[in-house]
Amino acid sequence: MESILTINNLTKKFGYLTAVKDLSFTINKGNVYGILGPNGSGKSTTLGIVLNVVNKTQGDFHWFDGNTSTHDALKKVGAIIERPNFYPYMTAEQNLKLVCRIKDVNQSKIAEKLEIVGLLDRKDHKFKTYSLGMKQRLAIASALLNDPEILILDEPTNGLDPQGIHQIRAIIKQIASQGTTILLASHLLDEVEKVCSHVVVLRKGEKLYSGRVDEMISSHGFFELKAEKHEELIQILEQDTSFGNVKVEGQLITAFLNQPMDAPSFNKLMFEKGIVLSHLVKRKESLEEQFLQLTDHK
Amino acid sequence: MLRLLQLELQKLLLNRASKVLIFISFVLPFFVIILSSLRIDFFGFFTLELGHYGLFNFPIVWHITTFFASQFKFFFAIVVVSMIGNEYSNKTIKQNLIDGLSKKEFILSKFYTIVFFSAIATFLIFIICLCIGLYYSSINEPSLIFRETEFLLAYFVKLVGFFSLCLFLGMLVKRSAFALAFLFVLYILEWIIFGLLTWQTNIDIAEKIQNFFPLKSMYKLIDQPFQRIAISKAPNGQEFMYDFAVHWYEIAIVLGWTALFIFLSYRLLKKRDL
Repeated sequence: MESILTINNLTKKFGYLTAVKDLSFTINKGNVYGILGPNGSGKSTTLGIVLNVVNKTQGDFHWFDGNTSTHDALKKVGAIIERPNFYPYMTAEQNLKLVCRIKDVNQSKIAEKLEIVGLLDRKDHKFKTYSLGMKQRLAIASALLNDPEILILDEPTNGLDPQGIHQIRAIIKQIASQGTTILLASHLLDEVEKVCSHVVVLRKGEKLYSGRVDEMISSHGFFELKAEKHEELIQILEQDTSFGNVKVEGQLITAFLNQPMDAPSFNKLMFEKGIVLSHLVKRKESLEEQFLQLTDHK
Repeated sequence: MLRLLQLELQKLLLNRASKVLIFISFVLPFFVIILSSLRIDFFGFFTLELGHYGLFNFPIVWHITTFFASQFKFFFAIVVVSMIGNEYSNKTIKQNLIDGLSKKEFILSKFYTIVFFSAIATFLIFIICLCIGLYYSSINEPSLIFRETEFLLAYFVKLVGFFSLCLFLGMLVKRSAFALAFLFVLYILEWIIFGLLTWQTNIDIAEKIQNFFPLKSMYKLIDQPFQRIAISKAPNGQEFMYDFAVHWYEIAIVLGWTALFIFLSYRLLKKRDL
């Protein structure tokens, strides 16, 4: 698979604080990646390093095949970081023209990209008159100007109102559906869960996991159960080696699987043992539960 | 190169404050020079006509106008420090780098702009000097007219050097107001060091060393013309003769500072985490 960004043993120290510790991962073409981690886990620092604004302490990274200099590679990348930064005294269109000059691309796409983010009718207004949501959307338009190979978004919905968040997510999904590689850094787990196929989990600058979202922890899921014969059910579950942990909360029993089993065969098994289930749901841990499990274990 | 220059010009010319300052820094000196070259009638009491005193004759006109015009460089200095300060306060420097501008290109785009505006200023002053000089002088031989045009070169080098210093200070402190304050501190510092040197050694040595200081070396490029004017008027003026010429080593010193300031600005940006 064609790699877009390769990071090897990257370390960044700010004085005594190690913001990123020996981090390695690869971003391949066509996937949607999430970088997950609580605040201060080194997400933005990592992105800052690969985006040429923060100096690394150790290790290395390279864009694409490694033969292009970082700033030339960045011309093929679209990135927005934390807050949209533009010249307040210029209009949206003038700001985008400036970006075109920096990226050395044709100015013909400006209108098209403004249309995507729904700002075409405001293009002649000065940037300082924009609301935060509009500023963020303009940043996305700016990042799309060069039809980037990869779009990097650092906390794109931070500080936005629900409508703003919804608009940004819709735009991200639309872009992802066109096959653009996306790298999304966020501490909002449902955001990552909704759009990402792969995930890198960081904590205190260290990588805890990288890989597919659904393989994040080796789990076969769990059943949520209710039955009339409450006690008997618990007894059966605890004796069965297919199940590990069994948790009881009131009438609701949660049984974690040690090996794969689907709901119909479980239902059948219970029926054979004389237990009629009044409630049966098979679930996998949500990203949030997986994330907490992952960050707690270490 | 053209791309970098265009980039910076767009940033400057769309900003109203810097547009006004650029306009002032270019137009004001020429306005003053042109005005002073005119005949001014003070309500019939007396008429002031500076040209009458031979101030606008070739070749002294090159010296006088470049000296006075360079006093207006401060306006563009504000533009230079604010073009760095704004990039930091708007965080657009970060965005520029992310968009694919290298740190070298960022500094170069500022430097090219400095050179570009210095070149325009030099060209404008050349045209104006030529017009005024031709109007007041009876000389029309090219070799005499273009004598001492090295003052133009000195003017150009002086501007580039001074603005490079401003660029460096802007990069150093990131805020325009502080950068200008720093400039003033540097000026005072140079005089304090000069004072200390005079105290420790003697004034001759101190002056020689002082001529290597950044601000003093820029000032030295175009010496004050008053003494020269006085000499040309006084009957036995040759006694007060002083060295007002532009020397190659003076230019070399300022070019050295310019290179150092640009290099340091680049180093500073390269080392910095934004």
